[in-house]
Amino acid sequence: MNNELVLLAVLMGAVTYPSRALPILAPGIERLPTRALLYLRLVGPAVLASIAAAETLVEGDATSGYRLVFGVEIVGVVLCMAIVAWRKNLFLGLVAGVGLVAVLRLAGIG
Amino acid sequence: MPADLRAARRQLLLDSAGIAVSAVGFALVYGLAAREAGFSLVEAVAMSVIGFAGAAQFAAVGYVAQGLPWLPIVVLTLFLNARHLLYSASLAPRLRDVPFLHRAAMAHVLTDEAFALAATHFHRLGHVDIPGYWIAAVVAVFIPWNVATIAGYLLGSAIPDPAAFGLDVVFPAAMAGLAVGLMTGRREIVAAGAGAVIGVLLSLALGPAVGIVAGGLVGPLVGMAVPAPLPATPVSAESPLPLRPSHMGDAVAEVDEDAHARPLPPAPFGRIDVGEALHEAEADADEAEDPR
Repeated sequence: MNNELVLLAVLMGAVTYPSRALPILAPGIERLPTRALLYLRLVGPAVLASIAAAETLVEGDATSGYRLVFGVEIVGVVLCMAIVAWRKNLFLGLVAGVGLVAVLRLAGIG
Repeated sequence: MPADLRAARRQLLLDSAGIAVSAVGFALVYGLAAREAGFSLVEAVAMSVIGFAGAAQFAAVGYVAQGLPWLPIVVLTLFLNARHLLYSASLAPRLRDVPFLHRAAMAHVLTDEAFALAATHFHRLGHVDIPGYWIAAVVAVFIPWNVATIAGYLLGSAIPDPAAFGLDVVFPAAMAGLAVGLMTGRREIVAAGAGAVIGVLLSLALGPAVGIVAGGLVGPLVGMAVPAPLPATPVSAESPLPLRPSHMGDAVAEVDEDAHARPLPPAPFGRIDVGEALHEAEADADEAEDPR
């Protein structure tokens, strides 16, 4: 069987790896100014919230365009967040959030 | 193993279970999609092992099926995965004592989920935990993703749609839940809120690949504009109130955060090396005692 797409996988890995590795492997990262370290500390909550919000509220693709959606997924995500804030337990939050969305879809909502 | 480390790893494994379920659900679909797009099993697995980037893999399968040339696929992969720079930069200060080759290997498995789990785990512990990173990156994501890629390819159309079980919500819910775990102060909350708003607005205008990166880049700047919290109650040495160790821990954490967050006043002669200054002061004292 022809496996020429393995080369494409290698190329995809080659362009992905630097973004994952460069800051980790760069020397002197510990000598960054305090403000830069504070910035990096805030990247975590900012980027995770950005992913969660965009994944939940934005739908579409480059061809048809992107649009704002308010589906049942929001309810599941908010429930998960509330449980994590309350119980400090992500697994419980995920089970509750996903379960709620599954039940709502089963009931024909969303 | 210390009790707090054991408890944190137990929590990490529990959190990882939810992420692993999500990875399995989507990798099954990826394996099926790759087969239908004409990939061989080796090619489908190579994408999961070498590229190891969910969204880019799905995009690549779609583009290959449409007969697109490789260059746009590679460029799209570059842009889709640019957000990993933020994860890597965010973890880098904590990993500075890890050997170079070890860090190089850790970088390959740094995904959205691995970062979210590891950052929350380190934050919970208050220090880095390398085995914890490998649990987050490999046990929770890499192994489930690759095993499910093979299963999806081999099982084919017998695979049900993950959305039917609400599994499409696992990823955004997990990211939101892990963000909540990192929101330990006003600055973190503001950074997360700003990241979410900017992420959505720019995703609507330019697509999620741009929006998510912009949210992750600009959100922290907005968070930094929030003034550092001041210690709630000034503590004096003469205070008659009993100061329990838990209070001391809180106070030290607040002062520590304040010290880290507040910009230092500009030093007229550049950065002061405390060790060198002490050494000079000792030398001056010695000289004053013995003026020969």
